[in-house]
Parts: sequence; C-alpha cells; structure tokens
Amino acid sequence: MKFDKPAGTNPIDQMKVIGKPLDRIEGPLKTTGTAKYAYEYNELNKGHAYGYVVGAAIGKGRIDSINQYAAKNAPGVLAIVTYENAGPLQKGKFYADKLLAGPDIDHYHQAVAVIVAETFEQARSAAALLKITYTRVKGSFDLEAVKDSAITPQAGQFGPPPQTELGDFEGAFATAAVKLDETYTTPDQSHAMMEPHAAFARWNGDKLTCWCSIQQLNWGVRDLANVLGIPKENVRLISSFIGGGFGGKGTVLSDIVAASLGARAAGRPVKLTLQRPLIFNNTTHRPATIQRIRIGAATDGTITAIGHESWSGNIAGGRTESATAPTRSLYAGANRMSHLRLAVLDLAEGNAMRAPGEASGMMALEIAMDEMAEKLKIDPVEFRIHNDTQVDPSNPTRNFSTRQLVKCLRDGAEKFNWKRRQAIPGSIREGKWLIGIGVASAIRGAPITKSAARVRLDKEGMITVETDMTDIGTGSYTIIGQTAAEMMGVNIEKVIVKLGDSAFPESSGSGGQWGAASSTSGVYAACVKLRESVARSFGFDPEKTEFSDGKVHSGNRSVALGDAAKTGDLFAEDEMTYGELSKQYAQDTFGAHFVEVAVNMYTCEIRVRRMLAVCQAGRILNPKSARSQVVGAMTMGVGAALMEDLVVDKSRGFFVNHDLAGYKVPVHADIPYQEVILLDDVDPTMSPMKAKGIGELGLVGVAAAIANAVYNATGVRVRDYPITLDKLLDTIKINA
Amino acid sequence: MKSFTYERVHTPAEAAAAAARMPGSKFLAGGTNLLDLMKLQIETPVHLIDIGKLELNKIEHTSSGGLRIGALLSNTDLASDASVRRDYQILSRALLAGASGQLRNKATTAGNLLQRTRCPYFYDTNQPCNKRVPGSGCAAINGYSRQLAVIGSGDACIATHPSDMAVAMMALDATIETVNPKGKVRSIPIADFYRLPGKTPHIETVLGKAELITSVILPPPTGGMHFYHKVRDRSSYAFALVSVGAILQNDGSGRIALGGVAAKPWRSESIEKLLPLGSKAFTEKLLAKARPTHENAFKIKLVERTLEGILKEGRS
Ligand SMILES: Cc1cc2nc3c(=O)[nH]c(=O)nc-3n(C[C@H](O)[C@H](O)[C@H](O)COP(=O)(O)OP(=O)(O)OC[C@H]3O[C@@H](n4cnc5c(N)ncnc54)[C@H](O)[C@@H]3O)c2cc1C
Ligand code: SF4
Repeated sequence: MKFDKPAGTNPIDQMKVIGKPLDRIEGPLKTTGTAKYAYEYNELNKGHAYGYVVGAAIGKGRIDSINQYAAKNAPGVLAIVTYENAGPLQKGKFYADKLLAGPDIDHYHQAVAVIVAETFEQARSAAALLKITYTRVKGSFDLEAVKDSAITPQAGQFGPPPQTELGDFEGAFATAAVKLDETYTTPDQSHAMMEPHAAFARWNGDKLTCWCSIQQLNWGVRDLANVLGIPKENVRLISSFIGGGFGGKGTVLSDIVAASLGARAAGRPVKLTLQRPLIFNNTTHRPATIQRIRIGAATDGTITAIGHESWSGNIAGGRTESATAPTRSLYAGANRMSHLRLAVLDLAEGNAMRAPGEASGMMALEIAMDEMAEKLKIDPVEFRIHNDTQVDPSNPTRNFSTRQLVKCLRDGAEKFNWKRRQAIPGSIREGKWLIGIGVASAIRGAPITKSAARVRLDKEGMITVETDMTDIGTGSYTIIGQTAAEMMGVNIEKVIVKLGDSAFPESSGSGGQWGAASSTSGVYAACVKLRESVARSFGFDPEKTEFSDGKVHSGNRSVALGDAAKTGDLFAEDEMTYGELSKQYAQDTFGAHFVEVAVNMYTCEIRVRRMLAVCQAGRILNPKSARSQVVGAMTMGVGAALMEDLVVDKSRGFFVNHDLAGYKVPVHADIPYQEVILLDDVDPTMSPMKAKGIGELGLVGVAAAIANAVYNATGVRVRDYPITLDKLLDTIKINA
Repeated sequence: MKSFTYERVHTPAEAAAAAARMPGSKFLAGGTNLLDLMKLQIETPVHLIDIGKLELNKIEHTSSGGLRIGALLSNTDLASDASVRRDYQILSRALLAGASGQLRNKATTAGNLLQRTRCPYFYDTNQPCNKRVPGSGCAAINGYSRQLAVIGSGDACIATHPSDMAVAMMALDATIETVNPKGKVRSIPIADFYRLPGKTPHIETVLGKAELITSVILPPPTGGMHFYHKVRDRSSYAFALVSVGAILQNDGSGRIALGGVAAKPWRSESIEKLLPLGSKAFTEKLLAKARPTHENAFKIKLVERTLEGILKEGRS
C-alpha cells in the first residue's frame, strides 16, 4: 500500500483499542523473568560454548605480536579468533568502526580477539593470558584541540544539510538591536542501557542464526552479511526482547561478529556478552560537541538572525553529530545560517543516541534562548511564543503538517504555575535551598519509513501478526497488537504479536523515533488486505463491510470473524510505502519542558524537584506506553544535565570512567515527581495511523530546562555540561 | 579471574593460622569488594579463607560503656542497631550514605574498613597504577583526578579511601582489634590504622599479612549533635566527592573527620580547637598542606562550605 495523500477516515479513527492505556502485552513475561533475551537461548543451542571479547589496550597504534600459546593451552579453551585467523572481514554499512581490529588499532577497547571456551570463567581467565604487544602512535583525542582542523562534512543519510544559509545572516546579526554570541559544550555520553550487547551465534553449514540485541534487524542482516562476506539469505537474526538500546544497538557491533566468528572457529554455538567495562570504549556513544550560537533580535523580541555552528569529532568515516538540526525549524527569523564541522578523533565511534542531533543541539539552543530572553527583558515562555512560526523557517513555502508548540508552552506554563518564577535569579529561597524554574521548547523530527507485516486469521478468530519490528522496551508489541485489534474489530486478547525475527516481513525497525508510526502503518496495510479477503470470503463488498465485536457486518448480515478461516487460515501480507508528503510538509513533533530545581546554597548540590513535559506527537497510540517513553526520556535528560560525562583521558586516549560506577546516570533518588501531558493531535499527512514518534521528543530540551532553572535559582550560567556542583561553587554566595 | 583454592574456617585463630600457612591468601568476608576485584584480576589471591561463619557478628556493650562491634556484623545490622542509632548517629548515618541496601546487607565491618580505592585507573588493568602494580607509575596524577585525593598523597598515588563508615569511626576514635597467627591480640587506634601512600601506595594499613580483624571498639558515647554530610554527583549510590562527619557540642567544640580527600579519613584533633573560629579558618588549617590537582582543587572549597552548612545547622 502506498501512502501518498493525506489520510481520510479509516477504522483506526474508531479508537476502540487504539488510544487506550493498555498494559504491555509482554509485561507479565518480563516481570516473571520468562521473556527471553539474546543471552538466554541455551536450550535451543545445546552444547554451546562461551565467548569473551578482548579489547585493545591502547588508544591508537597497531598490534606488533599476538602470542596465543598460554591462552590456547588454558583449561577449556576451544578457539581463539584474532585478525590473523579470522579471514577477510569488511565493515557494515551503518557503523564506520572495524568490528575486529588488527593490525591497526583505531580506538581503545576495539575488539582484538574473541576467546571461546567451555565456560565463561575459562574464557575470561584465558583472555588474561593472551599476550598482545602494541606500538602506540600519537592519536587525536581532544576535540577542543583539533577543532580548527575540522572540515565541513558530506551530507549524511540522516542529518540536516551540513551548511545552510537563508537571507543575510551576517548582515542582520551585525545590525541587530540585541545580540547573543555564546559557545556551549556537551560531553560524550554513553547509552548505558540495562542489557549489555549480547549475542548467541549458531552455524548450520553455511547458514548463520544469531540471537542478538539490536534495534534494526534489516540493517543487521545486511551488515552481518557484509562483514562476514556471506549472502544475506544465509543470515537470520532474532531479537525478541531488547533490554534498552537508545540507539546504541542500531545494528551489528563487535559482540555479534565475535560470537559468529567464535562459533565458526569452535564448530559450536557460542554465546557472549560484552562485559560492562568494555562497552563504553568498544561500542558507540553520543559524541561531544562544541556549539556556537548567535541570535540577533529587535527590541520587541522578534528574532532577525539566528546562527548555529557545531563541531564534533569521529573516527574516519564516522558521521557528524547534527546538532544544528533543531535550529533550522524551531523559531522564525528571516536570516539564518547553520554549519556542521567534523574533526578526526581516535576515540570510539560517535553515533546515534536517542534524538541524535536534536538532543545535543537543544542543550545549547535552549540555553541561548533563555539568555536572549533575559537580555530582551521578556519572559522566556513569551519570547519563544513570539517567535513561533507556522511555516518551515528554512523553507517558508512549506507548512508544518501540525505544530502546537505555542499550546505546549501555554498549557505547560499554566499547569506548572510558571507565574511563580521570578525574573531575577536567586530570588526564591527556602532555608538553605535556592529555588529556580526553567523552561525549554522541544522539537524532534517525525520520520516515517516503509514497513511490512503479515497477518493471519484462524478459525477461532485469533489474529497473529508477524513483522521483524523490535520492541526495545518501548511498547511495540502492544501498539502493534492494538492496531491489528482495531483493524479487525476484535479486542487485544484476540491478537498474538510476533516480533524480532528477520524471517518475518521487513519492518522499519526501532530508531530515530520512527518505529511506532512506521511499524503500525505496515500492520495497517496488511490488515486492510486481510479485511478484503475476509469480506470476499463471505461474499461481502469490502467497501461496505464493517469489523467489530469479533464479527463482520455487511448490510443486515453479521458473521463471526473466525468463520472466514473455517476451511483454513487466511493470510495477508503488505508493506506500507510513502510518497512525497514528507517533502510537502515539515513533519515534526513538539513539546515544552518545565523544571523546578533546588540548589543547596552551601554545597551547591542540585536537586530536581518537579518536572513537566507537554508533548504534541501525533495520535497517541497508547497513552500509558507513550507516557513511559516520555518519563524515561525526562530521566535521561536529568542525567544529561547534571551528571553524564564520558571523561576523555587526553593523553592516553580513552574514556576513563568506563563502568556504571564511574559513568553516572540518575538513580531513583534523583528523580522527582514527573508529569506528562499528551496533547490531542492527529496528523493525517503521516500515515493512516496519523501517528508520530514520541520516544525521543521527551528528551529534547530537558537538559536546557534544567540548566535554565539552575540559572534562575542561582544566577550562575553554566554553558558546559554536565552542570556539576564544582561549576557553581566559586560563584554562589552563602547568605545564611 | 585466576583460579584459587578455598577453605572455610571456624575460629579467628584458625583463620589467622590458615593465612600464615598460605602466602598469597585473602580473607573473604561479604565479598562485595574482593570478588569484584578478583573478577577484574586486580586482586589475584591464590587461596580464599572464608571467614563468613566466624562468630564475629555481634554487638556488645563494653565494660567501659562503649560498644564492641563484631568484624563480620553486616553494615545493615550495624546501622540499624538501637544503641548505634541513639548514641553514635554519625556512624549510622555514614553507613546509610554508603553503597545500596543490598550491598550493605552483605558488607561487613572489617571488609568496609579494608575496601580498596575507587580510582578508575586502579580498575583498568591496561593502565599504569602504583597501587595495583608497584612501580608501574600513576596514570591518575596527570589524568582524570576529579574524584581523587587532595592531601596526604604524594607523587606515587593520589587515591582516596572510599569508605564512609571509616570516616565516622575516625570521628568516634574507634579502635580496631586484631589477632595474628600466633594468637596475639592487638588494639590499633583507627588514627594509626591507615597508612599514607608515600612510595608504597599498595600497602594501605598497618595490618600484618595474616592478621585478622576481630572487632571494632567504640569508646563511650560523646553526646553532642551528629552530622554526616556526603556530597556527591548524584543523590544516592555514588562515592563521596567529599564527606564531612561532625560531632558538635553545645560549647562550640567538636570533632570533624573528612572523607573523599585522602588515602584515609582525614582528621586532626589539635586543629579542632579552631572550630569555634568557623569553617573557613578551620578548613584552611586542616587542609593547609593540600596539594590538589587542577581537577580536584574544588574539594577544598567544598569541604569548607559543607562544614559551614553543618555548623550553621548545629547553631540553629
Ligand atoms: C556498587 C558499590 C557501591 C559502593 N558504595 C559505597 C559507598 O558509597 N560508600 C562506602 O563506604 N562503601 C561503598 N561500597 C563498598 C562497600 O562498603 C564494601 O564493598 C564493603 O564494605 C566491603 O565489605 P565486605 O565484607 O564485602 O568485604 P570483602 O569484599 O569480603 O573484603 C574486603 C577486604 O577486606 C578483607 N577482610 C575482610 N574481612 C577481614 C577481616 N576480618 N580481617 C582482615 N581482613 C579482612 C578482605 O580480605 C578484602 O581484602 C560500595 C560497593 C559497591 C560494590
Ligand atoms: S592514584 Fe593511585 S590508585 Fe590511582 S592510578 Fe595512581 S597509583 Fe593507581
């Protein structure tokens, strides 16, 4: 089915199942520990062995020698694979990193070997006996130091154009009545998902099955086939459950390659997981940025010039963090520029992490907007509203499909009692606590992409949906079940959802906030076909047939749905594809974040006290799972604002705090009451589902809202994340 | 992890004797620190002596009115003991500021005193670290040192001792009781227990190789108001940037012990005389010999300000 004109009324609009806050259908499996994750497929892989990945001990250089003698002769060792015996390996198409290094080492902890042994302990112990000598070469590890060598990158598959100009930015900025020109920095961040990267690989002749934990099975099949040099048809990937990804498990990484190579070498199924301290330097991360923002405005607050430049680094072939993306669409302003630059860094690969581009970019832009509002002596909510636009500011002939940023800000301000905020920082105090309130807008693109599904009806009236879509903790199982239930006129108990197997029809996968909208649309397409064959099986005109209460109605006839499958199951498979609507309309999601913080006047410890997000993100398919997404994202925003920081050792060339004791993410005690308001929004330009993604929107702007609240509490403007207490200590006065 | 042998002992004397018999052995208490370090091959004992079954998990009142805390009492049981909560609140608070509920259920008094540093380079066996491999160098001094020591350290090592409990015990003038393989019992005041790194940062205490901690003695209660303020990068489940333990008396005198600044809990009884002059004068003197790195210099101001908050609360 091709979607190329705005959707009219369709069965989803009934909202009998869609839009209901249903519990996750796979919830009981998770809470009882019976949901199987990649590492747990023991009984399907009798006689399996264990793998252990060894990471490079240097930041940059090459391997001089590998002495396997001691490791090979250690108890239980079955095989050792290094670049010397792995055979030729290529790169995947998405990640730029070489997933088994050698002889060159591109970054610290890049995989250099996999040891396969009878037990995990034997593999780990042998790993310590593998003697590898290296020669270090001078690497580039300091973004600030190599900033001036950065070049304008090629346009990437996902980011905005690297360099854009509209009107006369320099002229308008030079003559603006009120100006801001500031630099902001964001640090490298790690996804730090709960489930580490893990893979269970089994060869059957030249066919490979791998239970793994990745977000995009279609990319995974392509990339694993590429890396190993085998036909795609010979690769099957299964990811039924994924313990978080946040973009860090887009497709194949070293765990899957190591398990596959190890299994081939040992002639047995092999399972392995990346040990936690390896993940931070071995896999990908959100790269650090240095961002310069310039805003010029007339005294009434009208933005006349807005410019955003961002520098980031990556290994050769790696992508650019597209931090300028949100600035291209968020606020009006006739004269604009944006510019991305990319330097070479010999740290682990920088790649997608939840809301790539927007998250980092908005950490800077929304502080800048707060600073401008103050210079203009305009309330920060009003300043943002004043510069709202209903046309795409980078392409003013194009409208937004739907845009309720103003309502997000207004409703949020009302609900949060924004009035309580004092314009003069440091005005509100409760004992030793300095209280501040901050706001930020949110914007995140609403991409949608082709996705296929297969549906089956049996004589009991049960619907089974199969698609290679993944559920990374987001609720895909449930919303896909709701979609099929709504389409077929049954309740959710009548739907079985099977996901995460590359043998199923190819879906959008989970990434870029496109999963929910895309995968449910694929299910919609398949259900339309199934409805047609059901109708025809009863001799009904499909156009005049209704599906409800487990029955099929046409004219004055009503038949049980399952009767259509009396003589055998009915199948339907289809794919939703897209025309030009995403070019005709700017399709985005919007939001506003409000935060109250308290800062200890003595120690400068920052505590978040209240948080509110108002989100506009198309039709909300399930308010419960949507809210969970936003709450989780807000929590991640607290981490980004206050603590998350992969610290680079600039002489040794690696992220030093590479475990969960050193890399801090928020704990329960850091998170206050969080409230989420989901606005009514139906976007017929997206798909028949009229839905968009929300999982990334919830993060965008949160950190800046906290930064602005800290400023409002203390009068200290921190432009370098994370906002740790040492950055306030010299300035906050003790006023006992 | 390296292979090791294992035995379980039933009396303190047996434990010490076993340790003397097997060079390269280690006592296993709660295992929350030792086993982690073994998995990462930072500790590589050839033999583990499991002392978990020793009858050293009681709290008793001493004849002088203090408390005798068994070396194997769990941190949870110690923190929740009624006498501790009434008379030694600083200890209870320090314990509860550390680790997590599950860890405190396993962690023991002696294990807590002997837990090793959290310096990130100590944890990464690819990096030079004098504490882990004597003579290999110190990656932290010119590296990531935000969390590390500002005082009492030298050119060999700037690691901190991470224990919260030990800070409270320092303020309480606790005494550590041990037994050696010959059956000899010794009492070590906590002020003399930890060694500064000097040129041998791998030697952290004055304990002999096969010496077993049997208990910790607290003197009779001091009265006063007790504080333990642990300042860190998140609200819970993180080691201290700095921590300030304080016992303040009505007359303005008091005891102050600091965590997160040195290779041991930092305290000076003679400087405590300056406490009535306020936190600035006191901290300046207490940390006069500090040699912070550029990354952790903020700790000095942080100590001063944290203490100021405590003194203010004490006065009001
Ligand atoms: C995630 C995490 C967070 C933590 N956070 C904190 C924190 O915030 N604050 C804090 O203070 N601590 C913290 N800890 C450390 C925790 O307090 C220690 O791990 C624990 O106290 C150690 O006690 P244990 O009984 O498990 O010791 P073990 O691991 O069994 O032993 C530790 C050492 O003591 C030796 N030993 C044990 N008993 C004796 C004895 N009787 N005589 C002689 N030697 C002995 C052992 O041989 C070993 O060398 C944390 C630990 C973890 C894992
Ligand atoms: S500070 Fe001490 S523990 Fe840390 S690297 Fe240096 S020697 Fe090792």
